[in-house]
Amino acid sequence: MIEIVSVKRDTQVKNEMRLEFKAISENEAFARTAVAAFVTQLNPTLEEISDIKTAVSEAVTNAIIHGYEGMENYDNRVWLSCFIKNDVLDVEVRDSGVGIENIEKAMQPLFTTKPQLDRSGMGFSFMEAFMDDLEVISEPGHGTSVHMVKKLGTASWIEEE
Amino acid sequence: MDEDFKVIDNYLMIRMPDEIDHHKSIYISKMADKFIINEQVGNVVFDFERTVFMDSSGIGIIVGRYKKISIFGGKVFAINADRQIKRILQLSGLHKMVEIME
Ligand SMILES: Nc1ncnc2c1ncn2[C@@H]1O[C@H](COP(=O)(O)OP(=O)(O)O)[C@@H](O)[C@H]1O
Ligand SMILES: [Mg+2]
Repeated sequence: MIEIVSVKRDTQVKNEMRLEFKAISENEAFARTAVAAFVTQLNPTLEEISDIKTAVSEAVTNAIIHGYEGMENYDNRVWLSCFIKNDVLDVEVRDSGVGIENIEKAMQPLFTTKPQLDRSGMGFSFMEAFMDDLEVISEPGHGTSVHMVKKLGTASWIEEE
Repeated sequence: MDEDFKVIDNYLMIRMPDEIDHHKSIYISKMADKFIINEQVGNVVFDFERTVFMDSSGIGIIVGRYKKISIFGGKVFAINADRQIKRILQLSGLHKMVEIME
């Protein structure tokens, strides 16, 4: 029997991509480079590319080193999705790991649970500074989802004025 | 990669890689500490000439080394940092710990 499933499309979504990769630190560079390549269609400035790469690197690194803390013997994965709507990039980085107990505290500048690993506690602060919007959804034992939005083209717009 | 670490007088010079993230930072911190302890260097100079990307892992490297040498009066310097790296150092409040040289 053939089942016809019709999906209502969000007509604003111009483009979309999804990646799933192993939660190992070798993939940090791969993930941010993939997102940078995907956004070139929006003609971003060098500074915008740099901002996006830094923010994606922070979220992916967190998923790998904090998300799967104590779960190193499993086949852990990170999911990354990107959407482009008009001139806006939407990025979601998700893990199915340990989750965050106190999100507000975790997001404070300099807060880290891994000072011995030379973590600076500036990851969330950078995501906030380099993107236009940041939302963190997490539940202990159920993983973490970091959602970031960046509007592109505002810099060149201002320069032209 | 060992040739990226050089001791000149009382300074450890570190030629930072093109991309500094968590994956790369572990090796840099480990090597730097080896020199700080074995060769007893007082100051550290981070050279960002080649660096085109850095995230907060770079901040971790700098703060970690600063903590190790500042107790003995040592200083940390950053040279050849581009606009984006300077922005990251500033955002982290690191310009108070690190002397950014032009
Ligand atoms: N995906 C995640 N899963 C579990 N905990 C996380 C995750 N992301 C961040 N955290 C927690 O939030 C803290 C702050 O994160 P961040 O600002 O990136 O600093 P850092 O990574 O340097 O510790 C982390 O130390 C960790 O405790
Ligand atoms: Mg982090």
